Amino acid sequence: MSPKRIVLRFGTDISVKPIVYRLVKDFDLVVNIVKADVNPKKEGTMILEVTGDQSENGLNYLRELGVSVQNLNQEIIRNEEKCVMCGACTGICPTGALYMERPSMEVRFDGDQCVFCQLCVKVCPMWAMEVRL
Amino acid sequence: MSVEKTYAEINSKIREGKAVVVTAEELISLVEEKGLSKAAQEVDVVTTGTFAPMCSSGAFLSFGHTKPRMKMQKVWLNGVSAYTGIAAVDAYIGATEMHEDDPLNSNYPGEFRYGGGHVIADLVARKPVKLKALAYGTDCYPRRNLETTITLDDINEAILFNPRNCYQNYNCAVNLTNRTIYTYMGMIKPQMGNANYSTSGQLSPLLKDPHFKTIGVGTKIFLGGGIGYVAWNGTQHFPSMIDVDGKELGSAGGTLALTGDLKQMSPRWLVGTSYLGYGATLSVGVGIPIPILNEEIARYAAKKDEELFAPIVDYGEAYPSFTPGNLGYVSYADLKSGKIIVNGKEVPTAPLSSMPRAREIAATLKGWIQKGDFQLTEPVKTLPSPADGFIAHSIKED
Repeated sequence: MSPKRIVLRFGTDISVKPIVYRLVKDFDLVVNIVKADVNPKKEGTMILEVTGDQSENGLNYLRELGVSVQNLNQEIIRNEEKCVMCGACTGICPTGALYMERPSMEVRFDGDQCVFCQLCVKVCPMWAMEVRL
Repeated sequence: MSVEKTYAEINSKIREGKAVVVTAEELISLVEEKGLSKAAQEVDVVTTGTFAPMCSSGAFLSFGHTKPRMKMQKVWLNGVSAYTGIAAVDAYIGATEMHEDDPLNSNYPGEFRYGGGHVIADLVARKPVKLKALAYGTDCYPRRNLETTITLDDINEAILFNPRNCYQNYNCAVNLTNRTIYTYMGMIKPQMGNANYSTSGQLSPLLKDPHFKTIGVGTKIFLGGGIGYVAWNGTQHFPSMIDVDGKELGSAGGTLALTGDLKQMSPRWLVGTSYLGYGATLSVGVGIPIPILNEEIARYAAKKDEELFAPIVDYGEAYPSFTPGNLGYVSYADLKSGKIIVNGKEVPTAPLSSMPRAREIAATLKGWIQKGDFQLTEPVKTLPSPADGFIAHSIKED
């Protein structure tokens, strides 16, 4: 079973709750925390890889708590102002989410193919690939 | 009958709005359709374009005098050091100079987020830039320090002067080692996991005038979105592509030193650039018009990607150790197709030079010439061509 990649956003009230523990304990999920920014004084975000038969139930539990649950592909963004369409990202993107259209040689980004490895964020010479957290 | 035109004839047609101007890509189609002779007769000017990182770039800035006067000895712009070993309030900000506090490659691979290229881009975008200067003080220049904010419009002069731009041709970089490498050709995965290249091929200015028949000192060009000029040949100008032992170097080719008033340039065409694990630089937009004086010039200007080749070079071992030779040549048509075959292995390719931007430059320059705003200049001095046999030497060590 391939892991589900999700982005969680939650208010300060959730920050103090052990939501990851609940996902593991109550829904028997394998949880890998890819990224977390949790602070009791501000809105928190977390990126998880979740594997398990009850993953949908686990995510519903989070939604009931008031956590916003989104699929990951919405979270890597190309800043169109900064992108100069050089194509440097297309050679290192492991899934072909960033690719060149031919013969125009324009760079395209298909968020559905993105696995959030963030290589493009580091490799883009213009800092045009951004992580929205 | 073969065609012969002069700069004066072409310029008079430009002034009358009658010049036939096409981009280098349009010329290729025209030659395929009508043949070389007919195309050479019809076309007066061919425009080229390139937009890519060009490290040997920078700007001379003359800030204006302070009160009391100051002979600046050290200068920083947004924390990036500029060279002030010239007159009192003059400095040269180089594209690859890093911010004083940049961790560089101490946290490998370093990010190199802000350098001289970014300062130039901020200046041309009319953003305020922090100027800090120190001095030792003299009787005529007593002031010792200065901290203020400047903009491009505040300072007296800002002259982009790029000692080496517009490389005629460049390597296609691969990596034969077992580790990922971070180079000025981007991130290259081990065991030929990818291949990067960096010219606009059939739109690239110097690939379209390989014998420097029309591009020389004084040639008026599109530079950074404004008007610029060829100042001289660039440093490392080796159009012969042959090394001291008579072996093909492959990589080198001709280069140009370019200059122009930074104040009339645009942030779209001067962009601060960072290469992971390597450094910061400036991406520069350059477009050069080629007058079709005769059929021979048209023949070179009509060369297409299938006829232009880049050497494939191993940046894992051969390049850093300065070992001559390469892994063969590959056409720009193959490079642009997205994959090439090297040593029997299929390798995905990616450019570092933007084709859409190169096309936009060639089209913009074409528009300027068609409107009669931009006339061509005959070089006041020709540049060394392959026939002059310039060869590269390496540093002699004691």
